[in-house]
Amino acid sequence: MIKSKIIIYYIILVIVSLFFITPFYVTLITSFKPLSEISIANMWNFPKHFSLEGFIGAYKKLAPNMKNSFYLTIPATIISAILGSINGFALSKLRFKYSNLVFALILFGMFIPYQSVLFPLIQFFQKIGLYGTIPALIIIHVIYGIPITTLMFKNYYEEIPDELIEAASIDGANLYNVYTKILLPISIPGFVVVAIWQFTNIWNEFLFAVTVTNNPAKQPITVALVNLAGSQVVEWNIQMAGALIAALPTLIVYIALGKYFIRGLLAGSVKG
Amino acid sequence: MSIQKNKSKIGFYIILPSLILIGIFVYYFIFWTIRTSFSDWNSFSKLLKGIYNFVGFRNYQRIFLDERFQTDLWNTLFFTIFFIAGSIGLGLFLANLIDKGLKGSRFFQSLFLFPMAIAFVVTGTVWSWIFAPGNIPKDPQGINLLFKNLGLEKLQWLWYTSSESVGKFNLALIPVIIAAIWQMSGYIMAMYLAGLKAIPNEILEAAKVDGANDRYIFWKIKMPLLKPITLSTMIVLGHVSLKIFDLIYAMTGSGPNNVTDVPAIYMFELTFRSNRYALGSAISVIMLLMVAVIIIPYLYSSLRRGVS
Repeated sequence: MIKSKIIIYYIILVIVSLFFITPFYVTLITSFKPLSEISIANMWNFPKHFSLEGFIGAYKKLAPNMKNSFYLTIPATIISAILGSINGFALSKLRFKYSNLVFALILFGMFIPYQSVLFPLIQFFQKIGLYGTIPALIIIHVIYGIPITTLMFKNYYEEIPDELIEAASIDGANLYNVYTKILLPISIPGFVVVAIWQFTNIWNEFLFAVTVTNNPAKQPITVALVNLAGSQVVEWNIQMAGALIAALPTLIVYIALGKYFIRGLLAGSVKG
Repeated sequence: MSIQKNKSKIGFYIILPSLILIGIFVYYFIFWTIRTSFSDWNSFSKLLKGIYNFVGFRNYQRIFLDERFQTDLWNTLFFTIFFIAGSIGLGLFLANLIDKGLKGSRFFQSLFLFPMAIAFVVTGTVWSWIFAPGNIPKDPQGINLLFKNLGLEKLQWLWYTSSESVGKFNLALIPVIIAAIWQMSGYIMAMYLAGLKAIPNEILEAAKVDGANDRYIFWKIKMPLLKPITLSTMIVLGHVSLKIFDLIYAMTGSGPNNVTDVPAIYMFELTFRSNRYALGSAISVIMLLMVAVIIIPYLYSSLRRGVS
C-alpha cells in the first residue's frame, strides 16, 4: 500500500475513534470531579483535583441494586445456558418430525416486542405472588432467553459430526451418556459464548426490570441508574460514576473475553 | 430404524418443556394482550374487579386518531430510516477500513465494538448530558460548550429539546439517532467484517489481475457478495428501532411536544403510569405487527435455507 494512503487511513481511524471515545471521556473525567468542580463551564476539562466523591456517592446509592443485578444475572445466565444446551442437543442431534417448525415457533419469541406480553406477564406474577421480586425476573430471563440460547447451541452442535454421536450409540451409550460424556466436554467454548451473551443482555436489560420490580430496594442497577437522574438536583459526578459502575461488569467481560463476545454477537445475529 | 425412531421421540420430549413455556409466555400472553386490546379495560378499578367489556376496534380507532400516536409513528419511521442508514454506512465503512489489515486494527475494532457491551440506559444517560443544550448562546452546556470553546458558536443548537421539524421529521431525533448509531454501528462492522473475511481471496486477486481498481472491487464484487449480510443487518437494526425504548427513556423521554416520543414510550406511560391497559395493549399489538411484518418472512426464508 502507498504510504500516503496508509496515513490517511490512520487519520480517519483516529477521527472515528474520537466519536467513540468522547462519551467515555466525559463520563470518566466527570466521575472523578468533586461536586464543587462540577460546573457546566468546565465539563470538558480534566478535573483539577481528582476526587472519589462521585464514586463513593454512586456506590452508596447503587450498591444494593448492583447486588440485585448479580443475584438476577448469575442464576438466570447459568440456567438459561443449560436449558439452551439441552434444547440445542435435541434440535440438532435428535431431530424429529416437525422439528423445524418447533424451532421456528420457539425462535419467534426472540423477536417479539416484549411490550406485547408485559401486561399478562405482570398479572401472572401478581397471581403467583412473585411480582416485584428478583426470582420473577430470573424466571422471565430464563424463559425469554430460551430462543436465543437454543439457537446458539443448535448452531454450535450442528458443527459436531453426527458420526461421533452414532458411534457412541452403537457402543451402547445411552442418550444421557452421549450428552454428558461426549457433547458437554466439547461444549465449553459454546457455554462461554452463550454465558457472555446472556450475562450482558440480562445485566443491561431495562424494560422487564422497570415494570416487574416496583420497590427501589429490589430493582436491578439499570433502573436505579435511571432513577438517579430523576432526582431534583442532578449531581453529575455521581450520575456519571453510577453509569460507569453500571457498565463495569459487562465492560470487564468484554475486555477479558472479547473474542467470545464477538462470536456470540455473530451467532446471535439478532439482538432481542 | 426403531432406535432412530425412539431417539427422535426423545428429542421431542426434551424440547417439550421449553415449547410449553414459550407457548404460554409468548403465544398465550400475546393472545391475552390482543384480547385486552379489544376491551374497555382502561382503569385501575376495572383491574381490581377484573370486569370489562369488549368494545371491538374502539381502542385502535382512538389510538390511530390520537395525535401523539401519529407523531410516534412518524418518529419511528424517521428514526428507523436514519438509524439504519447511519449504522450500515458507518459499520460498512469501518469494516472496510479494518479489513485492510493495518497495524493496530485489532485495537480499533475492539474500540468500535465496546458500546455493544453497554446498556442502552447507560448510553442514554451519558449522551443526554453531552447533548443537553444549556442556555445558548450565553451559558451553553455539553457539545454546545465545546462548540463555543472551539469558536463554532454557529453550530450551537437545542438538540433533543428542539421543536423544529422538516416536514414530519422532528429534528430533536437527531441526537437520539447519533447515540443509537454510536451503540450499534460497531456491531454492524463486526457482521460485515465476518462477511468480508469469507470472500475467497482468489476472487479479489483475479479482479486485480484483470486491472479492477479498489472502487470497482468494492461496489461490483464485494457488495453483491455481502448482500445477505446487508439484509441481516437491516433486519437486526429494523427490529431494534421498532422496539426502541430504553435509550429514549433514559436520554430524553417523550420530549417537548412529543418530539422524541415513540410507541414503546407511549405504551409504557399508558399502561404503567395511567392504568389504561386496553389502550396500551393496542399499541403493543401494533408494535408486534410491525415487527412481525419484517421478521416472519426473514425467519421463513432463513429456515428454508437451513441456516438461521
